[in-house]
Amino acid sequence: MFDDVRDLYNATIIDRGRRPHHMRRLDQFDATAKGDNPMCGDRVQVWVKYGPDGTISDTGFDARGCEISKASADLMVEAVAGQTAEDTKRLFAAFRTMAQTGACPDCAAAMEPLRLLASVHEYPSRVKCATLPWHALIAALDGGGRATSE
Amino acid sequence: MNDMAPTLDIQRIRADFPILTQTVRGKPLVFLDSAASAQKPRAVIDAMVGAMETQYANVHRGLHWMSERTTDAYEAARDAAARLLNAGDRHEIVFVRNSTEAINLVANSYGRGILKPGQAVLISGMEHHSNIVPWQMLRDSHGTLLRVAPVTDAGELDIEAYEKLLADGRVGLVAITHMSNVLGTYTPAERLIKLAHAHGAKVLLDGSQAVVHRRVDVQALDADFYAFTGHKLYGPTGIGVLYGKRELLEAMPPWMGGGEMISSVSYERSTWAEVPHKFEAGTPAILEGIGLRAAIEYVESVGYDAIAAHEASLIDHALARMSAIPGVTIIGRAQDRGGVVSFTLDRAHAHDVATLLDRNGIAVRAGHHCAEPLMHRFGLESTARASFGIYTTHAEIDTLADTLVKVREFFA
Ligand SMILES: Cc1ncc(COP(=O)(O)O)c(C=O)c1O
Repeated sequence: MFDDVRDLYNATIIDRGRRPHHMRRLDQFDATAKGDNPMCGDRVQVWVKYGPDGTISDTGFDARGCEISKASADLMVEAVAGQTAEDTKRLFAAFRTMAQTGACPDCAAAMEPLRLLASVHEYPSRVKCATLPWHALIAALDGGGRATSE
Repeated sequence: MNDMAPTLDIQRIRADFPILTQTVRGKPLVFLDSAASAQKPRAVIDAMVGAMETQYANVHRGLHWMSERTTDAYEAARDAAARLLNAGDRHEIVFVRNSTEAINLVANSYGRGILKPGQAVLISGMEHHSNIVPWQMLRDSHGTLLRVAPVTDAGELDIEAYEKLLADGRVGLVAITHMSNVLGTYTPAERLIKLAHAHGAKVLLDGSQAVVHRRVDVQALDADFYAFTGHKLYGPTGIGVLYGKRELLEAMPPWMGGGEMISSVSYERSTWAEVPHKFEAGTPAILEGIGLRAAIEYVESVGYDAIAAHEASLIDHALARMSAIPGVTIIGRAQDRGGVVSFTLDRAHAHDVATLLDRNGIAVRAGHHCAEPLMHRFGLESTARASFGIYTTHAEIDTLADTLVKVREFFA
């Protein structure tokens, strides 16, 4: 019955949604921000630590929400490791475009693991689930506070 | 249809709702989201289109034929709403945009105009945000207090606690749902109103859900205010009703100013129109009013006895089928309940459940249902919710249950 949803709910997404590798609060961090999606009640908090060169050295998150938002947060952590804030913002822009359209224009190598979420564009009401952790991350990079995916 | 027999001919009813023949992703639409907004019968569609095609002008202000006819059609909606709620007087029916606006009207007019700072507004722990936030805003701007009567584990109002919260006599207004949009619980309105009146408080019932499923008699209840929204009652969006006892409405100041609501205007002062027009500033939702009348007449033609009996059997069926599915937890087990079933599934978040159900043509809602404090009361962030309408069938509930079993297998 659900064969066609395997494009989004593929094995990796389900596994990451259920047992995220990076769902943890960082004890030491340089920036943090919360994100919430008031439409559906999903919440996420992201913590970031920078390395000496200013790139992201570690990211952790805590999330209450669906498999898509947790899997997205988990993959995001890996995608932004070692990236500068500028690179991360570019990556987010590309990710958002991919989530909305399915296409990944000038896809950087860092986008590769995120492609697993590309078919979320076929589920318009779920796009915000996938982008929510990114909104929180960008808010953290911009100095903290709150973000929403509205 | 025979008025005496509380049955309805479900196939005939379904034939009245054109949208129900639609397919979704190649599957027949199984629309289980009527508590968010209900589908519209042909009678409503025809009434609105017919008005636009044959009989439309602004109301209450034209001296010409079209305006007079349109005014009659629009005002007939007021009579229909008065009849629906058994209001004693058609002037007690104020047209608003929706329940949210009705509650805001009471908060801004009765709240600021009649309640005194230091008096309390008492709500319950199972309110929709639209019956929470206006009272917080009133508290913050006007100095009233906000009290919340708790909900039991079964999802019923804790009556003892409710009575205690009334005991000191400070509560000026009780604003409480007549039926929860999350738990399906009916509150014991008559008893709540008696208790409130005994302690000197007026009562506003949020009837957004209740009026869809059950006959409401504001006089028998002795309700001071009653709010409902047209789009959940098989009518159009953009129109709702606030019933208020006439002496209360007359004592209340207007909320919004403008055309329609005045008797005379000069730069020094203006005087207000009689109720209900005092509360109806600006050109009203004319077509929506006409549509609402058609919706009310449609519901009346089916009859509340038949509707209530049909829905009671749907709920029994749904609770039996869904309780039998391992991993499904039903939130709220009230004795007296209407056609709403909120549930969680052990293996998947409500959004993921809703997305998969949608793949089989089933529309349910997932999230906090605009009732975050209630969700937190049950330690939840979100649930999935199936809600039933006049056109819902037992077979649709079977489709839901069978699909839920498969959803659970999918997330094994
Ligand atoms: C119990 C309850 N109250 C109030 C509302 C608000 O209705 P509306 O959005 O039409 O104002 C709803 C519906 O969403 C509801 O279920």
